[in-house]
Amino acid sequence: MVDWINTVLQGLLLGGLYALFATGLSLSFGIMRLVNIAHGDMIVLAAYLAYAVVTHFGINPFVALLLIVPAMAAWGYVLQRVVLSRSLTGSILTPLMVTLGLSIITQNVLVSVFSADSRAIPAGGVETAAVPLGGGVTLGLYPLIVMATAIGVIVGLQLLLGRTELGRAFRATSDDQETAQLMGIDNRLLYGLAMAIAMGIVGLAGVYLGIRANFDPSAGPSHLIYAFEAVVIGGLGSLWGTLAGGMILGVSQSIGFRLDPGWGILASHLAFLAVLVLKPNGLFPRTRDR
Amino acid sequence: MSMDLTLAAPAEPAAPPAPPAPPAYRVERATRASRIGAAALGLATLALLAMPWWADRASIRSMGEILYVLALAQTWNLLAGYGGLISMGQQAFVGLGAYALVVFSLKLGLNVFLAIPLAGLTAALIAIPAATVVFRLRGAYFAVGTWVVAEVFRLLITNTMWLAGGNGLSVISALTGIPRWWRESAILWFAVVLGVGSTLGLYLVLRSRFGLALKAIRDSEAAAESVGVKVPALKWIVYVAAAFGCGAVGALAFITKLRVAPDAAFSLDWMTTMVFLVVIGGIGTIEGPLVGAAVFFGLRWLLADYGVVYMIVLGALATLVMLKMPEGLYGFLARCYRLDFFPVQRRLIPRDQGE
Repeated sequence: MVDWINTVLQGLLLGGLYALFATGLSLSFGIMRLVNIAHGDMIVLAAYLAYAVVTHFGINPFVALLLIVPAMAAWGYVLQRVVLSRSLTGSILTPLMVTLGLSIITQNVLVSVFSADSRAIPAGGVETAAVPLGGGVTLGLYPLIVMATAIGVIVGLQLLLGRTELGRAFRATSDDQETAQLMGIDNRLLYGLAMAIAMGIVGLAGVYLGIRANFDPSAGPSHLIYAFEAVVIGGLGSLWGTLAGGMILGVSQSIGFRLDPGWGILASHLAFLAVLVLKPNGLFPRTRDR
Repeated sequence: MSMDLTLAAPAEPAAPPAPPAPPAYRVERATRASRIGAAALGLATLALLAMPWWADRASIRSMGEILYVLALAQTWNLLAGYGGLISMGQQAFVGLGAYALVVFSLKLGLNVFLAIPLAGLTAALIAIPAATVVFRLRGAYFAVGTWVVAEVFRLLITNTMWLAGGNGLSVISALTGIPRWWRESAILWFAVVLGVGSTLGLYLVLRSRFGLALKAIRDSEAAAESVGVKVPALKWIVYVAAAFGCGAVGALAFITKLRVAPDAAFSLDWMTTMVFLVVIGGIGTIEGPLVGAAVFFGLRWLLADYGVVYMIVLGALATLVMLKMPEGLYGFLARCYRLDFFPVQRRLIPRDQGE
């Protein structure tokens, strides 16, 4: 029984990492209607950057965040202004294909710089520490940190979107891009900022992924899939829904894994398909996909 | 092409009732380029079928691969270019075709070449329930949803010990007993049937009523529905037909590769390859994937010694084409030189203005 409680708790906390993967995707889709096929590869790119910084300078990976997050945010801004903005032509084919090209380029550049070997970011023991809750129930310290960060990011985004002028501009553009433009909102700047925020969160997600698990240049697409599933399960435009989606994926994965090690990832995909069949708009839909 | 309005001038009021006039126009469905195209395609097909008598084994093998990759590209062209279904999960059906080959030839002992059409049928049958799930998603969500379905099939087979799980198995034993010349020639002939057949099939479909409806969907789904096109049914047919093509190619491809394993059979590389061919060549044109195949395999030959660079160049090329030339290389050339090797539209030519 205690084992099962631990399994479910682990799954819930794993949801924090998936929610971090997903918020960036949710933001770029919510504001720009851009589904970034390279999203997972950007997570892996951030993990490699952190790996390079941590092993080269010998610093703590949490300190490295101070470097990686702004760097990824700047990269997101440039990427949006130089490449992605040109792809938002109204047809969904163009952004999908452009970001697919970006995904292939990123994977192969990573192979040529870092080789195809898998890596992990050394974090000095924090990733294995446990917090006993009594009665045999324990929580990993590191998953707790990830979950706290995910909740912090979501609260921060809610405040940004709900309480600031920039957030109002984001919501206006999400609702009706052309009218927002008529009201004097500079779309290109706003989209650049949205992508910068999304990629900043991707930087966070990448470093956290790299501390938790091994990664290699081809790992990106599977992370994109988790992120996408969390967004769809949660319902478009709902950030807390995304967290719930991440938790559903995490719990089904850890339960599946416990039943048979081969079923873990399969169980989370099946949970996603089940939600899709039963509630195609997700559990907590807020925005309509136009 | 301007219509002469004077042709429709009112007749003299006092004139006796005339016999019904022949229509003031005729429908033209061929161009000079298309007659050249048809002749060239016919000759090329004969030359390809005769390759075992005039080409060396390495060329036969390469041509087989080019042709089955072209077939894959045409199925995705039909899906995305005409059906508006941007699937990123067609590797599901390639992989299912590969495993259908294993089941029919290794487990049931059927001839490997008979397994090719059966693999297509199997993939099409599995596409029917898959469609009910993924058709709940639209646009970009459909793209990633189909991808998830492909992952589910990959993981299901990885967990099936009867099919050797993640290790995969070899189909060599199903091929022993077939003389090498016959084996290599039959692989080529099946590749010709799939590659030329998919191109010709797409052409004939697009010239039919069904194709007219498809093109209406491509241009505007709402408008097509309003004039009576059954959009959901048509999309469903296109999805199942594309699955058939992918399944047959999956079986053929793994007859040449000899070893079937889930990671290779359900690899995303199948998907990116077909997308590159279609996008670089020109989506929504029959000729586009042919041009795309020439670019794809030409670059691979040029950059054979630089695997990573080749992929980076392809990715960059696809991105650039999509941003600067969304109609693709062939689409661009066709617009500049008014080429149309496979005309699928109906042109009205006024009678008087003649040829």
